[in-house]
Amino acid sequence: MVVDTIKMKSLSDRLAAEEVKGRSLWADARHRFLRNKAAVVGLVILFLIGLFAIFGNYVAAWSNEELDFSVMGQVADLGGPSLSNGHYFGTDDLGRDLFARTVQGTRISLMVGIVGSLIAVVVGTLYGATAGYVGGRVDNIMMRTVDILMSIPYMFVLILLLVMFGRSIAMLFIGIGLISWLDMSRIVRGQTLSLKHKEFIEAAQATGVPSFTIIWRHIVPNLLGVVAVYATLLVPLMILTESFISFLGLGVQEPLTSWGALISEGAGTINYGTLWQLAFPLFFFIITLFAFFFVGDGLRDALDPKDR
Amino acid sequence: MLSYIAKRLAIAVPTLLLLIIISFLLMHAAPGGPFTQERALPPQVLANLEAKYGLDQPLWRQMANYVWGIVAHFDFGPSFIYKDRTVNEIIAQGFPVTLTYGSLSFALAVLVGVSLGVAAAIRHNTWLDYLAVGVSIGAQVLPNFVMAPILVLVFTLWLRWLPGGGWEGGEWQYIIMPVVALSTSFMASIARITRSSMLEVLNSNHIRTARAKGLPERKVILRHALKPAMLPVISYLGPAFVTMITGSVVVDIYFSTGGIGKAFVDSALNRDYAVMMGVTILVGALTILFNLVVDILYAWIDPKIRY
Amino acid sequence: MALLEVRDLGVSFATPDGTVNAVNGVNFTLDKGETLGIVGESGSGKSQLSFAIMGLLAKNGRATGSVMFDGREILNAPPHVINPIRANKIAMVFQDPMTSLNPYMRVADQMAEVLIHHKGMGKSEAVQEAVHMLDAVKIPDAKGRVGLYPHEFSGGMRQRVMIAMSLLCRPELLIADEPTTALDVTVQAQIMTLLADLQRDFGMATILITHDLGVVAGFCEDVLVLYGGQVMEQSPVDPLFQTPTHPYTRGLLRAIPRVDHEGEDLDSIPGSPPNMTNAPRGCPFAPRCDFAADDCRDHLAALTEFAPDRWRACNRTLEELA
Repeated sequence: MVVDTIKMKSLSDRLAAEEVKGRSLWADARHRFLRNKAAVVGLVILFLIGLFAIFGNYVAAWSNEELDFSVMGQVADLGGPSLSNGHYFGTDDLGRDLFARTVQGTRISLMVGIVGSLIAVVVGTLYGATAGYVGGRVDNIMMRTVDILMSIPYMFVLILLLVMFGRSIAMLFIGIGLISWLDMSRIVRGQTLSLKHKEFIEAAQATGVPSFTIIWRHIVPNLLGVVAVYATLLVPLMILTESFISFLGLGVQEPLTSWGALISEGAGTINYGTLWQLAFPLFFFIITLFAFFFVGDGLRDALDPKDR
Repeated sequence: MLSYIAKRLAIAVPTLLLLIIISFLLMHAAPGGPFTQERALPPQVLANLEAKYGLDQPLWRQMANYVWGIVAHFDFGPSFIYKDRTVNEIIAQGFPVTLTYGSLSFALAVLVGVSLGVAAAIRHNTWLDYLAVGVSIGAQVLPNFVMAPILVLVFTLWLRWLPGGGWEGGEWQYIIMPVVALSTSFMASIARITRSSMLEVLNSNHIRTARAKGLPERKVILRHALKPAMLPVISYLGPAFVTMITGSVVVDIYFSTGGIGKAFVDSALNRDYAVMMGVTILVGALTILFNLVVDILYAWIDPKIRY
Repeated sequence: MALLEVRDLGVSFATPDGTVNAVNGVNFTLDKGETLGIVGESGSGKSQLSFAIMGLLAKNGRATGSVMFDGREILNAPPHVINPIRANKIAMVFQDPMTSLNPYMRVADQMAEVLIHHKGMGKSEAVQEAVHMLDAVKIPDAKGRVGLYPHEFSGGMRQRVMIAMSLLCRPELLIADEPTTALDVTVQAQIMTLLADLQRDFGMATILITHDLGVVAGFCEDVLVLYGGQVMEQSPVDPLFQTPTHPYTRGLLRAIPRVDHEGEDLDSIPGSPPNMTNAPRGCPFAPRCDFAADDCRDHLAALTEFAPDRWRACNRTLEELA
């Protein structure tokens, strides 16, 4: 999965051009967004997934750590999804309730996705806005640095970090967030460059408003459209990254779990006829990625309507 | 063009050195040495071990030795865990495997992705376009670690057509699933990028000029649209390469293909820093080399960058 | 038989926000060697009009009516009909020479391919002919520069390349779509002089599309004034300049700077052109017109011939405007 930089560029060009009539832009966008069926369905799905993550535990008949001794050892025969024994999604190979574990995995994966995306967006926006606004040598050095950082195989470095400094969730958040701000900073820099020469910025400069205030008060709010779209499209990327690491057993550690870890467990046991172990986490994983993708895409098309 | 290549090289070399130095410092900053174990070693043994691995020397000296070893002799030093094996041996064992299925996956992803994207753009808003968009959106949520179990489920457990893992010196049956699992999501991404880039180019002014020349549409696309449309795809190849190498870790684990990804994860789980760093630096060097090739390719297409 | 006969030409676009009518009911004829100016502000539909004639509308665009070239229908014609005409019989010079030339291709290749395709020339012969044509548009050292890429030329030189490229096959009709808007003022005059010279030397019919009525005066025999996709006034140049009969044309004329009226204030037309997404029902110019009455907001009078060869579309009579 990848954020389409061409469409992002087109969006950022349009938003830089449309700066003046900001209000009707968002009103129009909302109207178009609501007409986009895929985007609306995506939003509804995200809402339902959110409900599942928050209230799922109240529905679960088992906790995520309890072992059900009655199915243990014969999971393939007795551990399947069933309403009667309270394992709505079945149990895993140890006899733990998969429903409760999926709820927990959903929480962690969503959290990693959202927090990671926020970190990436904040760092990328500030970095890119500064580089674009200051310009000249500073811009050159800052963007060269981004070029250099881009050619580092991040996942390996991240795993290196996780191994060396212990596998904590905080480390995972920060590591994943710090991987993904590079693209964001490039896009934001580009748009800042085009905003910089707009009259209202030049007016602010002429009246002696300090640079940081201009960036914070004038540039950043005008980046909102691009940033919102990018952040939405980044969440699934973050979830993918976390799942990838957890799939390798290097991410979230027991008793915590995430979609990646659950998929990994499910994938490891498909030989034993416990397909539900793979199916349920995978289902949540896939529809969530789809939903984020359609919402982000719909948001962008709403802000930058073109026939495509 | 030559001076351009020289300039890119001037950036690539320091980047690589930086990567080596950072990895080295990270290793030293890590809490606990490589021989910290649950059962404390007698001081004498520890001292001997550290002397053997050069850990008793000052930090800068160790770093210089390490960097020099890599640059001059392509030597990543001994493994910290397997007493009788060097990092080089471990890498040499896995690398050909990774290279084989990796380059196949890459070629497949680029070929199919570009063709699908171009076809979709040319037939914009027809069933072919919708199909291509649908497939590529669908395939995007199928990263390697999702594709791998699904493929095994379908082709090994249900259909019993293909073996579920192993390498066997690279027999074709063992290559198919790793390649498909690794390339699917890239194929999708490349198709999507190609499509929107092609659409953008087809709407550009110079394509209108080409059409106004009375050229048949086929010529307009091949001569005028394809080159510029490839530029964003080429830029994506760098990051794609990185992510693909990363994905090879999953393939190695899930299909037991025995590439360097396996060595990496094993070393990560065993805290074998020497092997981890060796693999990271190797992958970093490949990435930098690959980005250099991509830059040159880009400059070859876009005359504005060349000088 | 007229060279080009445009009947009831309309252009509309399907957009996510509904159908936009960019051009409505345009009629004109052009004989061999004649020159016509199409004048309008940006968004008046003048460029889309020319794209429709050449079959170059964007994919969501739709052209209606009829365009006969040499007695053959070319509007919405299939590729095998329109392609041999493009560049060969009807050539076009585009607005923005920076982006209209292919930035990834040497000028020699871009020009040669026209001759190779239409005239079946070999590569070296075609390049030689391209150099001749670059000489004709007064590009210094044409032979040495033909192998360069477009970005290695200045804006004015690029437009000369564009013009040279359009003339390669000695077309019978040249459509120049705002050939000078993207250029510096001093370069604009040079390019217009060059175009006028070439038009005379090659004897081709020419449609000049511009927002500048002043340019038309020196170049064209006939003028068509377009506003909001509607023809406002259509007339030979001289009488139009002497007695403009439409409030919009008058506004345009007052906005031309004139050397002999030094010191006078330039008038501009208040307001801005209509947004075509929700175009007004009546006369598109009504919101900006000094003479507008209630009926103008309701409907627009049909284009009528009030004197020989002179047409106007306005609800107000000539007397009312006096």
